[in-house]
Amino acid sequence: MYDVARPAAGNPMEETGQLPALFTGDRPSGAQHRRPAPPTGPDYAGIQASPEFVSLRRRFRAFVFPMSFAFFAWYMTYVLLAAYAHDFMSRKVFGQVNVGIVLGIGQFASTALVTWLYLRYARRQVDPRVAELRARAGLPEGTRR
Amino acid sequence: MTALAAEGTPASNPLVNTAVFALFVAITLYVVYRASSRNSSTADYYAAGSAFTGRQNGIALSGDFLSAASFLGIAGAIAMHGYDGFLYSIGFLVAWLVDLLLIAELLRNTGRFTMGDVLSFRMKQRPVRAAAATSTLVISFFYMLAQMAGAGGLVALLLNVHSKLGQALVIGVVGLVMVLYVLVGGMKGTTWVQIIKATILLLCGALLTVFLFGKFGFSFSNLLSSAAENSPLGDKLLEPGGSYGKNGTTKLDFVSLALALVLGAAALPHVLMRFYTVPNSREARRSVVWATACMFLFYLCTLVIGFGAAALVGADEIKAAPGGENSAAPLLALHVGGTLLLGIIAAVAFATILAVVAGLTITASASFAHDVYANIFKHGKAEPADEVRVARLTAIVVGALAIVGGVLANGQNIAFLVALAFAVAASANLSTLLYSLFWKRFNTTGTLWGIYGGLIACLVLVLFSPVVSGAPDSIFKSIDFAWFPLKNPGLVSIPFSFLCGFVGTFVGRSKADADKHAEMEVRSLTGIGS
Repeated sequence: MYDVARPAAGNPMEETGQLPALFTGDRPSGAQHRRPAPPTGPDYAGIQASPEFVSLRRRFRAFVFPMSFAFFAWYMTYVLLAAYAHDFMSRKVFGQVNVGIVLGIGQFASTALVTWLYLRYARRQVDPRVAELRARAGLPEGTRR
Repeated sequence: MTALAAEGTPASNPLVNTAVFALFVAITLYVVYRASSRNSSTADYYAAGSAFTGRQNGIALSGDFLSAASFLGIAGAIAMHGYDGFLYSIGFLVAWLVDLLLIAELLRNTGRFTMGDVLSFRMKQRPVRAAAATSTLVISFFYMLAQMAGAGGLVALLLNVHSKLGQALVIGVVGLVMVLYVLVGGMKGTTWVQIIKATILLLCGALLTVFLFGKFGFSFSNLLSSAAENSPLGDKLLEPGGSYGKNGTTKLDFVSLALALVLGAAALPHVLMRFYTVPNSREARRSVVWATACMFLFYLCTLVIGFGAAALVGADEIKAAPGGENSAAPLLALHVGGTLLLGIIAAVAFATILAVVAGLTITASASFAHDVYANIFKHGKAEPADEVRVARLTAIVVGALAIVGGVLANGQNIAFLVALAFAVAASANLSTLLYSLFWKRFNTTGTLWGIYGGLIACLVLVLFSPVVSGAPDSIFKSIDFAWFPLKNPGLVSIPFSFLCGFVGTFVGRSKADADKHAEMEVRSLTGIGS
């Protein structure tokens, strides 16, 4: 699962450092026959078929889809509890603070948590792969204007 | 303290309010003027040359989002209905996760100026752009109408202007200043207005909160108990159900609203358009994080402000004040910090309306000029200078419409307009954006069915709901043609639009364009080619 060849929290500089090695290698053979690259633009079909892109897409979706489902389910659970489980939500936890308020603040906390998890995941798993693909396509990392 | 309240309430000092507000307008106009040095290209006008940083754009995003409805409205709802008001802010906050995970970065990489850029990327250009522009214009118009009509109520409260003519005059002035921002500053100027406004709003909210907390010995529990003591709802104030708990229909209505809030906020066109003002997807990600952080802080503050208003101002005084529920936060400011603080809060509330309406205007004008004029009429071959000229003209027309609509809608039940805008965004935009970004087979027919299906479902359901007819608080009280029981259509219209997009895709004979799909997928994830 984890790619040892890549530095764990690779920053852009490290990635571009690997650039020469990348060019010696393995463009997917199937992709080149598929469609000749248009003279002006990048060969999108080729990039899409490359194993690097497939891995990027898989990793991106492997985080984003389950996480979206999770936070949405948790939010709707909370909403349904608030709408239909008044007794449960009114139970006091401490002082005047009841379960409803604790769960509400819990939604704030979970939002912050998901944001932080995504930032960490994107930095470790997504950004280095994007940088690599961009370098292959001859684009500098990040700056795009 | 009650004595102070009694004499202070009606005669807030209009002079102070006006002065602070005028100062804000003067400063922002100066900033807008300075920012407008070059504004002639389409990229400058629509997207501020994509030159803002993630942090700047994030703060501006929170500014776009903290409309008067969400600032005054939520604080007031918490003060009056307690817990149920709090639920709004949770929906608004959680909604940012949809943007963060599924939309912001991919949208930034794929499009250039409008939502239509993304939706039409691999579809037939003209019909899809027409549909995207329609939903953008409808959403922006409803949202804007609500803001402008809300301005009327605010004016009554803050400037002590009670005649309809006077209020209309103030709405006109608000509209004019807003059009000026957009014409002179384009997206760059509008963004700076949002940044300034959001910063002031956050600072004021935070200061008020800290001060209130101090009053209650920095104990949240104390604040809650004294709020419950002073509220006619008693302990019920702290429990869910204060405004939506009456019967089965209202509970379902609440679920519907919650769904529309969390899914709609992420797909509002004026929020989506903000992502184009940053140079790349990583800055777009950073924008969302900053916006989320600002919202997080601000909504925690509103929780304290709302319960603080319930405790210190009291429900009776809030209800009696002109502006009703919306006046909770300003009244609290008056109780806590006297006329000067009231003046500042009032001016900030005004500035909020101004800035949000400016953001909506530029979105509507961009959608019309870029999607309709340049790509539908001119087949994508419009001169950039002409396109910007059309956009500016549209901004003037939109501004005029907003003024007229605001004057006409003044005093109407406006909450449903905002809810409707969210429901349309969640139905027409979100379903098609997600399909377009993640579903390979999705095609032109599916896009059109999804957008129009969601849009029409929303409008029809609202037309035949109790907001329009048949209830004591509806627009037409005397006639009753309502058959849809819920005030918010989201629960039905959102799944319906997903279904429409799905069915339309299989009904349509057009095959999805594989090359375009490859381009869109690579571009959206890596930014190559954008």
